Amino acid sequence: MTTPLNPALPRRRLAGNLPHWTVILSLAILAAALAMAILAPQLANFEPTRINAAMRLQPASETYWLGTDSFGRDLYSRIIHGARVSLVVGAGVAAGAILIGLPLGLLAGWFRGLDAVLMRLMDGMMAIPGILLAIAIVALTKAGLVTVIIAIMIPEIPQVVRLVRSRVLAARAEPYVEAAQLLGTPAPRLILRHLLPATIAPLIVQATYIYASAILTEAALSFLGVGIGTEIPTWGNIMAEGRLYFAMRPWLVFWPAIVLSLCILSINLLGDALRDRLDPKMKGRAD
Amino acid sequence: MLYYLLRRLLMAVPVMFLIALIVFMLLRLTPGDPAQAIAGDQASPEQIAAIRDSLGLDAPLATQFTTWIGNMLRGDFGHSLISQRPVLEMIGQRIGPTLALATVAMVLTVVISLPLGVVAARRHGGLVDRLVMSLSVLGFSVPIFVIGYVLIGIFAVHLKWFPVQGYRPLAEGFWPFLHRIFLPGLALSLIYIALVSRMTRAAMLEVLREDYIRTARAKGLSERVILFRHALRNAAIPILTVVGTGFAMMISGVVVTETVFNVPGLGRLVVDAVLARDYPLIQAIILLTAGTYVVINLLIDISYALTDPRIRYQ
Amino acid sequence: MTISGLRALGWAAMAAGLLHAGPASAETVLNVVMQAPLRTLDPHLSTAQIVRTHGFMVFDTLLGMDADYKPQPQMADYQVSDDGLTYTFTLRDGLTWHDGSPVAAEDCVASLKRWAENDPAGRKMMEYVASIETTSDKVLVLTLARPFGHVLDLLAKPSPVPPFMMPKRLAETPSGEQVAEMVGSGPFKFVAEEYRPGDQAVYVRNEDYQPRPEPASWTAGGKVVNVDKVVWKAMPDMQTSINALQSGDVDLIEQVTIDLLPLLQMNDEVEYGVINPLGSQVTGRFNHRLPPFDDAEIRRAAMYALDQEQLMQTAIGDPEYYTLCASDYGCEVPLASDAGSEYLAGSAEERMAKAQEILKAAGYDGTPVLMMQPTDLTILSTQPIVAAERLREAGFAVEVASMDWATLQSRKNGWQPVAEGGWNMLFTYWGVTGIWNPLVHALLDGSGSDNAWSGWPVSPEIEALREQYLVATDLDEQKRIAAEIQQIAYDQGFYYNAGEFQSVAAWRDGITELQPGPITLFWGVKKPE
Repeated sequence: MTTPLNPALPRRRLAGNLPHWTVILSLAILAAALAMAILAPQLANFEPTRINAAMRLQPASETYWLGTDSFGRDLYSRIIHGARVSLVVGAGVAAGAILIGLPLGLLAGWFRGLDAVLMRLMDGMMAIPGILLAIAIVALTKAGLVTVIIAIMIPEIPQVVRLVRSRVLAARAEPYVEAAQLLGTPAPRLILRHLLPATIAPLIVQATYIYASAILTEAALSFLGVGIGTEIPTWGNIMAEGRLYFAMRPWLVFWPAIVLSLCILSINLLGDALRDRLDPKMKGRAD
Repeated sequence: MLYYLLRRLLMAVPVMFLIALIVFMLLRLTPGDPAQAIAGDQASPEQIAAIRDSLGLDAPLATQFTTWIGNMLRGDFGHSLISQRPVLEMIGQRIGPTLALATVAMVLTVVISLPLGVVAARRHGGLVDRLVMSLSVLGFSVPIFVIGYVLIGIFAVHLKWFPVQGYRPLAEGFWPFLHRIFLPGLALSLIYIALVSRMTRAAMLEVLREDYIRTARAKGLSERVILFRHALRNAAIPILTVVGTGFAMMISGVVVTETVFNVPGLGRLVVDAVLARDYPLIQAIILLTAGTYVVINLLIDISYALTDPRIRYQ
Repeated sequence: MTISGLRALGWAAMAAGLLHAGPASAETVLNVVMQAPLRTLDPHLSTAQIVRTHGFMVFDTLLGMDADYKPQPQMADYQVSDDGLTYTFTLRDGLTWHDGSPVAAEDCVASLKRWAENDPAGRKMMEYVASIETTSDKVLVLTLARPFGHVLDLLAKPSPVPPFMMPKRLAETPSGEQVAEMVGSGPFKFVAEEYRPGDQAVYVRNEDYQPRPEPASWTAGGKVVNVDKVVWKAMPDMQTSINALQSGDVDLIEQVTIDLLPLLQMNDEVEYGVINPLGSQVTGRFNHRLPPFDDAEIRRAAMYALDQEQLMQTAIGDPEYYTLCASDYGCEVPLASDAGSEYLAGSAEERMAKAQEILKAAGYDGTPVLMMQPTDLTILSTQPIVAAERLREAGFAVEVASMDWATLQSRKNGWQPVAEGGWNMLFTYWGVTGIWNPLVHALLDGSGSDNAWSGWPVSPEIEALREQYLVATDLDEQKRIAAEIQQIAYDQGFYYNAGEFQSVAAWRDGITELQPGPITLFWGVKKPE
């Protein structure tokens, strides 16, 4: 058994090794996206909401770098501004789902009595379609960023809980946990010191996935007509609005899709790299 | 094990009740009026009021809820408020295409993603690994409707290998059925292929470092036997978890896929019902999906025990 | 999977599909993508256009309306007494319900009563009616208590809700409840077994239907059905519909997004055009009960600020398919009038300057305008955005509230303050048949009653003029009254007339004799076998 008795986060390797080029590229792309979001007013050529009925569906030109949408709004400026909302939606959903899901998953994995109740509740939560939640929440409160984040987040929570719980279940059976238990380690300490670390690596993979999925879910909600209103540009609703013109002006969809995909790609590659480094079991196999 | 199964099934009852209550309340709190959906937007308030009255929507909520639960216990899921057809009949008309779509997507997912994930893990860090990972990331960084349009554009409109839209039930023959369901199935499966192959790779990487794999290698077992007999089996738990939760996510994917490919399935039915506030129909569909989740998750938990002898259920 | 593998699978499946193709038959089936899904069937209860179109498939009307807007005999011939108070309708021979029983006069009496209960114009008419009675199996007599000028027009009206005839047992369904069966006497029979609400509706030719001898003209004349079966499909995605049309999966799309017409232009096998000569009017409705639009001056400022052309350009695109006109009754109908056109005259900039001036003079206090925007209804999703931008430029504070159409529709029925879920402005559109005179035009109701359509303007002058219109029989007289009503409606800012757009249909080459009409009609149409 090479597994250390205490698989806490290793402190080695984070310094010293040069990161792989994909990591550098991913970081560069994300930095660019972040810059886009922060500097949107400076980078954009037009107000993202400025309508020009005479200039609808224009192809790319010197004035309109990426062309215009069906309102005659500048696509480039909208994508730049869309970065703000889309990045926030992704981050908000991923952070929220993990902040809520992680403790629930730990509890479910550890306290067997709680497990059954909690997991059935999670099954139930997953069963309520996100679109219904979105409509209900948006209608009950007010259409906006926070409501959409909450609506997308809720169905993600059970997935986090299930994942964490499955990891805890597996870890509980490990000899070092059994040993710690026999030694009388109190439950909170046991959970935090031995079980929590076992969940980190898969959670990072899951978080990147949730981030990606949240941005896409936002797009799907826009596609179905229940997303964030068009006055606030998001990559999702830009694509959803452009889809009607897909056969004629595919770039209305492709440009936001490319930007969105690049970001998600980067987040995932970073997640992978992080995972490979953080997981002690990967020692000796990393590139 | 049998006792565990029974207990799980019994516990599903209060959960389903809770879901029923939540969905019921959520729907009644949501603005919107099925009577308006029937009467249309040009109707006068009097017309709408008359329809509301006939639908019994003005009864106290508690009464409505107990009536609904009571009827359901007797097997009566009620009638759609909008179309006045029995809810079960409407679901019956639409469930086939969705099951077909989900099945095709799941088959494609398993057939494609398991080998991809295993190979990527085996060649960890190599070209194949990077390629598989990058492509898989593309699978879930592109919105499913974009994937759908691109697939239709290439394979149906330009190459004409597949029909552009529509659905044929299996009863009309296997090939016509497959011919129509393949593209939507593929569009729907891409995201799961991406997800499952990533999870397979991650789990495999972990397992491949375990002692028993080293032992197996030392024994001189062939790489194929090691990968698929020993490693994959032990990597199964996180993979199964993802497959199970993936099913849950299918709902939103199914809705969009059914829209893009015009497949008359449950996904579109539930969105239409939500947008028209067809309460009994939404409630029934959600209970149905909730029940399905409960069963699927039960199956997954059981398979944990079967695939990983370290987990025991008392 | 490799590309060649995919191709092989595609070919194999296609080849096998051909072998498995169903039994060849000479049955002609017209496959149509309708503009909206059919989810509810009762044509008396619903004002939705799709349900009305469905109504004209299955049900028939006593009178039809021809292309000259004239009521003509359809199920019945009619006679009007010299004093104009007694209308006698004689059912023509050979009429049967789809269940085989003959059409009797008492069925029609029950149907008229049910229709009038549900249709606001019909209800108005009943205030003037003394009795509707049968004098034999074939004859019914409608007697007015006092003069009413529009009995024949209403009985022939193709707008929601037309007075469809149904068997007495169905017509006696309690108020507010949907009829349980689709039994009419129209040229098509509804196939209940193949109906999938929201997805598919199937009609077969009614072999027992006896068309009138006259040529078909709108809903009048002989309804001769030339196809065996009509299948309505709902396709929620326009791109999918167009793909389906181009590949031959469907024969007709009732309403194509006009921006996409260039796609069809490139295809030799597809044609498109306007088969419904009457378009639809887009209307921006003010809520007269809430500030800031409880003030006529401020409503006028908003009207000057808005721009028909910009609204239409953004929503429709190709100017060939929209018309800018002041007429509240539709641009091309007999009552069309240019009263109030001063509110639309001049350039957009000039009007904007005027709007800013009026708004300032009116002492607008900055109360924000809550503009409702439907996110899931393409045709109405652009106007609120465009309007909001113009209103802001004029000096209004505007908040666009995005919501799904169902939420918007129920929210529009309430007039509580905005903070409690109220609203200030919304956009809808109305088929011209539904607004072509002051009697049926719901937005010109000046009663301010809670039972009026949302917006609740109050104008005793308009109400008095509408009463006059009800008894006016002479067309010139009707025109004069209609124009006066329109002028007042403009002056008081009843609503903003945002222009008229046409619906463009697209069909496969070979589909012929599509009937022009106020709605999409399925008799006359031919499809080659």
